[in-house]
Amino acid sequence: MIVMRNICKTYKVARRNAGLAEAARSFFRREYDTVTALDHVNFTIHDGETVGYIGPNGAGKSTTIKILSGILTPDSGECLVDGRTPWKNRIDHVAQIGVVFGQRSQLWWDVPVADSFELLRDIYSIPPALYKANLDELTELLSLGELLRTPARQLSLGQRMRCELAASLLHSPRILFLDEPTIGLDAVSKIAVREFIVKLNQTHGTTVILTTHDMQDIEAITKRIILIGKGRILLDGGLDDIRRGGEDIDRTVAALYRSYEI
Amino acid sequence: MTAKNNDRNISELRLYVHYVSLHLRSVMQYKASFWMTVVGQFLVTFNMFLGVYFLFDRFGSVEGFTYQEVLLCFSLMLTEYSLGECIARGFDSFDSMVRQGEFDRVLTRPRSDILQVLGSKIELTRVGRLLQAGVMFVYGVTRSGVTWNAWRVITVLLMLLGGTALFCGIFLLFASICFYTLEGLEFMNILTDGAREYGKYPVSIYGRRMMQFCTFVIPYALVQYYPLLVLLGRTDRNWYGLLPLGGLLFLLPCGALWKLGVRHYQSAGS
Repeated sequence: MIVMRNICKTYKVARRNAGLAEAARSFFRREYDTVTALDHVNFTIHDGETVGYIGPNGAGKSTTIKILSGILTPDSGECLVDGRTPWKNRIDHVAQIGVVFGQRSQLWWDVPVADSFELLRDIYSIPPALYKANLDELTELLSLGELLRTPARQLSLGQRMRCELAASLLHSPRILFLDEPTIGLDAVSKIAVREFIVKLNQTHGTTVILTTHDMQDIEAITKRIILIGKGRILLDGGLDDIRRGGEDIDRTVAALYRSYEI
Repeated sequence: MTAKNNDRNISELRLYVHYVSLHLRSVMQYKASFWMTVVGQFLVTFNMFLGVYFLFDRFGSVEGFTYQEVLLCFSLMLTEYSLGECIARGFDSFDSMVRQGEFDRVLTRPRSDILQVLGSKIELTRVGRLLQAGVMFVYGVTRSGVTWNAWRVITVLLMLLGGTALFCGIFLLFASICFYTLEGLEFMNILTDGAREYGKYPVSIYGRRMMQFCTFVIPYALVQYYPLLVLLGRTDRNWYGLLPLGGLLFLLPCGALWKLGVRHYQSAGS
């Protein structure tokens, strides 16, 4: 279970006007602005839920994911993931979660994917029997086959994303964080990724938290959405609650963004 | 408790070996480039030696140190630097790791962050420099004219250990600063590349202020100048041979600063 209570996070951003003289001035005296990324964020997510975490760019989605996955420490507030505080028990915590960043790869560029997987086996100290079982299952579900023997640099984006998903699941995490997993993918790859995530949730009961700008992802994968804007939770509910009679999901969300002026 | 710690250390060591093996597999993809860089590193380092050689060819001695003595000092420093660079290269390019968000990934893995950063970049081409350092070391030691005894051998080993630790510490210091700013990191090169360049000669030739800085701030003189006096028989204080251990102690404040930095870490972008 994931509990977030009154989580706040601000960043200091150095600002200056354009130009060389301004650059020189800021070298000696730098001006900072404080930007609020999260403003008293509260939510609870139960085991086995699939949650779509949506909001416009800069709303605080990634910051939330980074706090939940132990990367960032919030300024204040309480966060418990299965009873652990991510930034305090980092190592115990991250052994139980999987994270996929759609924009970044975790595979080694120049070696076959299987080599990257074996490194992960050692990083997570996965017992050999479990490793083999998981690898076999993921290979079948994501049709990895020959991809495992290919260097990551020669994979297409769609192929690579399937490998990224597998890489994040080798250690059987209880919770999977997906940060824009379908970004840039073609229609076939998107559908493959979505179907896989749904299946994973059904067969293993893995809790899935997904951020995306693709509303079809939300429709296909999640039962619940949390809308965040300007660092505040604006809406938390079922997909059907927000949809008004037969409208397509993109329009619904656009109307939502407009109504909250975010 | 100790058994458990032992298990963990073995597992960390195995993971490090795994990283080395992956880097090896990676560079083997680009064989020609690998060998050219190795040879390049070898030659560049040889160049440094030529600089020392021609200087002495002309002036005979510097501040009372002969060519043979400086050669010993130079070869020891070069070996320490090369070893430090081989081990801690990941810290040296840590700013790009932060910039590209790679450090986020490190934090989502159930392993020591330091170990993962070390493993992220192991420059096997530095073998060229290490090889050159080895050649210089043998040459420096044989030409030095030092009358070896057990204590002096121990002193040399401590110098290698302390010096390598010191360079690792400087790289770690550099990486820790990346948590606070990604701008103007160039000044840190004074400590890394600078130490390599100026460390060719015993620190004392740079004057008293420099000596104080290198004793109390960045304890470079502890691994270089003082134990060198023991080797060359220029002091009765044999305990100077123990001073290189200060290089190991230097790792403590650097490690503390790193820990503080990790807590201060603000991940980049989305």
